[in-house]
Amino acid sequence: MGLRQLWWGSLPLRVLISTLGLSIVLMVLAGVVLLQQATAGVVAAKKDASLNEAAGVYAFMQEQLRSPDNRGVAVHEALNRLADLADAQAAQYRVVIEGPTSRLVSTGIRAESVPDNLVQRVESEEGMFITPTEVVFTDPETTPEPGWAIGTSLVGATGERYPVYYIFPMTTETETLRVLTGAVAGTGIALVAALALVAYLVTNQVVRPVRRASQTALRLASGGLGERMAVRGTDDLASLAKSMNRMAAQLQQRIRELETLSTLQQRFVSDVSHELRTPLTTIKMASDVIHESRDALDPLTARSVEILHTEVDRFDTMLADLLEISRFDAGAAVLTLEDTDVGMLVQAEVESSRPMAESLGVELTMDRRNRDTTALVDPRRIRRILRNLITNAIEHAEARPVKVTVAADRHAVAVTVRDRGVGFAAEDAARVFDRFWRADPSRTRIVGGSGLGLAISREDARLHQGWLTAWGRPGRGAQFRLTLPRDPDHEFTGSPLPVIPVDDDALEVRT
Amino acid sequence: MEGNARRPELSDPKTAARILVVDDDAALSEMLQIVLRQEGFDTVHCSTGEDAVQEFRESRPDLVLLDLMLPGRDGVAVCGDIRAESGVPIVMLTAKSDTSDVVAGLEAGADDYVAKPFKAKELVARIRTRLRRFNGEAGADTLEIGDLTISVSSHVVRRGPVQLSLTPLEFDLLLALAKRPRHVFTREALLDEVWGYRNAADTRLVNVHVQRLRSKVERDPEHPEIVVTVRGIGYRAGEPTA
Repeated sequence: MGLRQLWWGSLPLRVLISTLGLSIVLMVLAGVVLLQQATAGVVAAKKDASLNEAAGVYAFMQEQLRSPDNRGVAVHEALNRLADLADAQAAQYRVVIEGPTSRLVSTGIRAESVPDNLVQRVESEEGMFITPTEVVFTDPETTPEPGWAIGTSLVGATGERYPVYYIFPMTTETETLRVLTGAVAGTGIALVAALALVAYLVTNQVVRPVRRASQTALRLASGGLGERMAVRGTDDLASLAKSMNRMAAQLQQRIRELETLSTLQQRFVSDVSHELRTPLTTIKMASDVIHESRDALDPLTARSVEILHTEVDRFDTMLADLLEISRFDAGAAVLTLEDTDVGMLVQAEVESSRPMAESLGVELTMDRRNRDTTALVDPRRIRRILRNLITNAIEHAEARPVKVTVAADRHAVAVTVRDRGVGFAAEDAARVFDRFWRADPSRTRIVGGSGLGLAISREDARLHQGWLTAWGRPGRGAQFRLTLPRDPDHEFTGSPLPVIPVDDDALEVRT
Repeated sequence: MEGNARRPELSDPKTAARILVVDDDAALSEMLQIVLRQEGFDTVHCSTGEDAVQEFRESRPDLVLLDLMLPGRDGVAVCGDIRAESGVPIVMLTAKSDTSDVVAGLEAGADDYVAKPFKAKELVARIRTRLRRFNGEAGADTLEIGDLTISVSSHVVRRGPVQLSLTPLEFDLLLALAKRPRHVFTREALLDEVWGYRNAADTRLVNVHVQRLRSKVERDPEHPEIVVTVRGIGYRAGEPTA
């Protein structure tokens, strides 16, 4: 597995290993062929040379044996003298002569150096025979060497035959071949190493621009739209770089257009909201003034003033929410993190929502499961999320109880707000966070809301790297769960509280 | 003025605080003046940044209500101009509470700000806090803070023989710290004590004004000895050295 990963993990490594493997096989094959041919050539040459030499020596010996000088001497003596003469040439060849009484062997070698088949041949036939042999030396330290054994018979004055064998050890040739083998092997290894280096350099030349392209693409993907590749030459890599750059430029232009458009849009929303604030302030103050003196007005006008007053407040909230959303859209929302006891925040929000719950006949309870519920959060934003969830639950509870639960584990703190009111269809669970989404368009609103509350809450949760999820069933109520990491820099994988309320039981529901 | 009838304690025009309203929006200006008069204040109006300083010199108001967004010379510049010649309380009106405009305004010398849209009551409360002074409170009339001497009733701060020129807000801030020498004030506590915010509000108010105060009272504002920062909590008064 590890090797596999290594193999597929690096292109240069793959090329390097492939090149190395293949070139080693090729080099070994070439070396073997080369050496075989060289050996065959050297051995053949030695054979010819040995035959020539042996023929010459044989002629000389034959002549010596028949010469008048030796005529009186015993054959044995004559052969001995010849053997001595041959010994003087020991560097080139050695002789083994089968004398009438004993065998004469040159110093240094042993008689076993003459192969048996040659002996038989010489004894049975006339002529000169050559056969490869293993030269065995008298010194046991010296390893046997290949060589040529040439056999023939000296014919004495009386016509008797004395087999004579010339042994040509291939000492020099073996040495030459050894040196040659070394040279071939050395050259092979050097070539393989050089090839590997070349392969590495060439691969790098290809891989480096590809890697640069990949890095550039990564940087582009992570927002560095100004990133470009250096274009050198006109080859394939240059055209890759060019294409990358063209793509980046197009992307940059497109994104810039979209950004400009979206910035314009956001600025428009923001500007409209700001521009509306001045007249709204005037309206608000005027309505305050009239509202103060409503006792002096006739009932219909007084009621109108009251409606005006509450609606101006609602308009104010909507405008504030709209601004907040435009801030999120512009990416201008920043967290002010503090170590905060989330449980305490929940407690405070539950307490401040109690008057509203009581006025709507909703029983509001809180369950704190863990003591340590501290987290690094922006308390102002978390308070806003909690307020939104709790008022939202009370608003939709239809006078049934609302329960707020807080729990924590090592990595996260979670708050659930459970109501048993109208609820919503399961498929709407994601849409409840949409801007201006209404569960039931025909339903009359009891408490004024901007329709942006949950959208803002979701953005606030996201800003904390947290989750805000919803569960709901028609007629069985809803549960919203907020999960916050203890530290926004540390991800969490699970929430301490389930998203589906454990107390949900369809049978319990009254209709 | 019908407001005077309801508030007899401010019925004498001579004692009624005068407020200069600098705002280019005619309707809002008028509405502001109606509300302020109803509350017993005397008002003067100016609609451009260019005329604001001239109007200020002529009418000598007790407080300036200044819109940050003005055509021509903007509110921040006007604020700096007025502050250059007077310590009069300045309350800014702003439509953008989250931008650097607010900090720029505060740094230019504004004492407080109210974000639009605001309630009439909220604005009046802010104005009253700025007009209120530490008067007739029990305790020593002379307080020590660092090497400074504060004469409470005469609103004078001295370093040795030299009198330091502080705005009323800066004086209040210094006095709040000096009255409880060993107490560490959180920014929220100072907001309550000096600005009258019951609920936690924008702590930038405290930060900016502490900086302004330090630039006037500290020998070396980089190493404050009068208004000492307590890391992670807030501020406290420097030990009396005199």
